[in-house]
Amino acid sequence: MQPKEYQKLVQENTPKPAVVKNMVWAFIIGGLICALGQGILQAALQLEDTKNEAAAVTLAAMIFLGTILTGSGVYDEIAELAGAGAAVPITGFANTITAAAMEFKREGFLLGTGARMFIIAGPVIVFGVLAGFFVALLRALILGLF
Amino acid sequence: MRFIIAFGVGGLICAGAQLILDTTKLKPAHILVGLVVLGAVLSGLGLYEPFQEFAGAGALIPVIGFGSSITKGMLAEVERLGWEGLFTGAFEITGLGLAAAIVFSSIVALICKPRR
Repeated sequence: MQPKEYQKLVQENTPKPAVVKNMVWAFIIGGLICALGQGILQAALQLEDTKNEAAAVTLAAMIFLGTILTGSGVYDEIAELAGAGAAVPITGFANTITAAAMEFKREGFLLGTGARMFIIAGPVIVFGVLAGFFVALLRALILGLF
Repeated sequence: MRFIIAFGVGGLICAGAQLILDTTKLKPAHILVGLVVLGAVLSGLGLYEPFQEFAGAGALIPVIGFGSSITKGMLAEVERLGWEGLFTGAFEITGLGLAAAIVFSSIVALICKPRR
């Protein structure tokens, strides 16, 4: 084996420290956001009649939080460090909507903000509804819910 | 205890997503769509509810829980209305947050300027 080949092999097989570091930060920040959500969920379960309503209120509260933190520029700072830890929680979903709403305002409030707010969140909603529709349809047919 | 479980489970989902992001060529949008579809399907199979019962917000807050909430809303509305529920139920649970995102993001866009 040529030294160069050997070097390349070593390089390929050395675990990249950034991968582990990124995972740890994603775990910590993502976990903290979910723990905060747990506090809201427990309060909502006390106040609302059903579990679904409590879930709805919790999601909305976290979305509100994500919106405010994005507007103030704080969420970008968090996301820099947390990566998926900031993107995967629902606050990150809100972040994509608010960030697009802000960024495209330069193209106008109607055709910029209005039209492009869901430029990143859109696919999540579309494919979520599509998947939900077909599995719910199947389940309803199999269990005879209609 | 519930806080620790929510922290651990939510953290693991985010760390898993980060690992996929760093080791494959998938973009964040692919991961988010993949998670939401996974949540919707697992909920349709009845597998997500026991998990969420255990993990609480750790299962609800990651975007995979958003997918599950879409299906759960549909199934709840199907029981109430029949086939119409497949459509009206999509935003039964998620609609509150979505409308809130539209309202507050618009207000924020009017007030705040992007830094970059």
